[in-house]
Amino acid sequence: MGAGHHALHRPGDSPVHRLPPQCKLLATVAFTLVVVATPRELFPAFAGYALLLAGVAAAARVPAAFVLRRMVIETPFVVFAFALPLIGTGERVDVAGLSLSVEGLWAGWNIIAKATLGVVASILLAATTEPRMLLLGAQRLRLPPLLVQIAMFMLRYMDLIMDEMRRMRVAREARGFAARDVRHIPVLARSVGALFIRSYERGERVHLAMLSRGYAGTMPAMHDLSAARRQWGMALLLPGLALLLMVILRVGTP
Amino acid sequence: MHVPDGFFNVAVSVATGAVAAGGVAVSLRGARRELDDRTAPMAGLVAAFVFAAQMLNFPVAAGTSGHLLGGALAAVLAGPYTAVLCLSVVLIVQAFFFADGGLTALGVNITLMGLVTVAVGWWVFRLVARAMGDSRAGVVAGSFLGALVSVPASALVFTVLFWLGGNAPIELGTVAAAMVGVHVLIGIGEALITAVTVSTVLAVRPDLVYGARGRAASLLLRGADGTTERVEPAAEPAPAAGRPGPFMLGGIAVAAVLAGLVSFFASASPDGLERVAEDIGFISAATDHALGEQPLADYGEAGGIPVGVAGVIGVVVTLGVGGGLFYAVRRRREEPAKA
Repeated sequence: MGAGHHALHRPGDSPVHRLPPQCKLLATVAFTLVVVATPRELFPAFAGYALLLAGVAAAARVPAAFVLRRMVIETPFVVFAFALPLIGTGERVDVAGLSLSVEGLWAGWNIIAKATLGVVASILLAATTEPRMLLLGAQRLRLPPLLVQIAMFMLRYMDLIMDEMRRMRVAREARGFAARDVRHIPVLARSVGALFIRSYERGERVHLAMLSRGYAGTMPAMHDLSAARRQWGMALLLPGLALLLMVILRVGTP
Repeated sequence: MHVPDGFFNVAVSVATGAVAAGGVAVSLRGARRELDDRTAPMAGLVAAFVFAAQMLNFPVAAGTSGHLLGGALAAVLAGPYTAVLCLSVVLIVQAFFFADGGLTALGVNITLMGLVTVAVGWWVFRLVARAMGDSRAGVVAGSFLGALVSVPASALVFTVLFWLGGNAPIELGTVAAAMVGVHVLIGIGEALITAVTVSTVLAVRPDLVYGARGRAASLLLRGADGTTERVEPAAEPAPAAGRPGPFMLGGIAVAAVLAGLVSFFASASPDGLERVAEDIGFISAATDHALGEQPLADYGEAGGIPVGVAGVIGVVVTLGVGGGLFYAVRRRREEPAKA
């Protein structure tokens, strides 16, 4: 796993891949905002959003299995959502012998639907955009450059630091260590301390190396990221259609 | 703990987004003072470290394990502003590149895991470390208590936010008690690992521990003829002297915004519930039925009065604890002045 290559990114050359990163970023955020703002009783709207995302996935040639495998990340909150009908307050209904809270059922549905749509949208964004380009796009959207630089350094060195941690774990396990209870925490903590010192000292070396190559507070721009109006229009099709769908359905159902 | 989309309503998402943006903006300025032009590479590497450390699972009790939040740890090691930046960047990267945590919930996540853990952790750390005279034991004990308090504090803020604008009906009191109970346990693990980590770094590179900058040891020069000479370090002002001022003010501002939200929504929330009930069309059907059969149901139906009372109690307790801490700080500041 080389620097900048991440589990979620899936290189390709589809129309979605080719869109400028800032357009995709804004479109994804706007889309999740529309999803979150949709009233939970509007079932057809959620089905429509799912279809829209499926359309994007098809255009980006991202297979469904790829998306499904990465949706595991939301499992803890799905468990929480399933618990809500049991612990919720208010009126109760009996379903298959279980007394469930009506309000809790709505809440559980609401969380599962919106969280799933949000996760799929994020997965599609990450799958079709190189991490570095995504950060450059964020910078074009006027995010503080310092914040973007920090994120870039983090992305660049993340795998390295994770590898150092992995090597320390291998070293511990090679000596027969397995953390089983609270008394073993000090051993882990000493590894964390060593990891911090290594990361910090590496940071100092990186900074000196940058200074010796003429770093003066900003990174040189290597990409032209300007987006044509047509590209903006294409990217904003997703949140635009979602918003249109919600408005039509809201007006349509009294 | 990464909150996904759809967990909170739009109002809370936007409000916490504003709080998070403000906190990050203040920290960007503050971190430049902590790290000057080294900010980007250093904070980036520390963020990578926090990301890796969060992956480390530690055993809590038989069979269960938790993972590090790292707010207090990063604050003690790298300074509070840098810590806020690092944790925020970690959360942003997780949301955008790993689909971990919703994009619209980014404000909630940064507020809970970036701002609250760092502010509470650093605050408690400074109080304890100063009370113990910035000794080595004080720094370690301070990191222990700071980490211990930061985890349930974050859980408590989560519960209050969820009660305000979560998309589910919960009883504030019971859920808060359960959340804080569970997170005190996790906090003990976090506290142990934070304290031992800080103590390890103190032993190897004491100059890297931001929270212990006030206690640089004097340099011992040994001559070839066996004579020793002690060189006192350049008098650097202790980190406590006025340093946490803006940070504490920021913390108070965040608390004030959240408290304002509490009192605003406390009156609005029964209306919200009623409207939902009307939308679904069960409000008329529910009243008699629910009162008759379910003891819990009438608690929920009673127009949110118990919920409102619980909210008021929550605010009073928060203000009381906050005020008490302030009183303690002020007294500690006045004592040396009198002496």
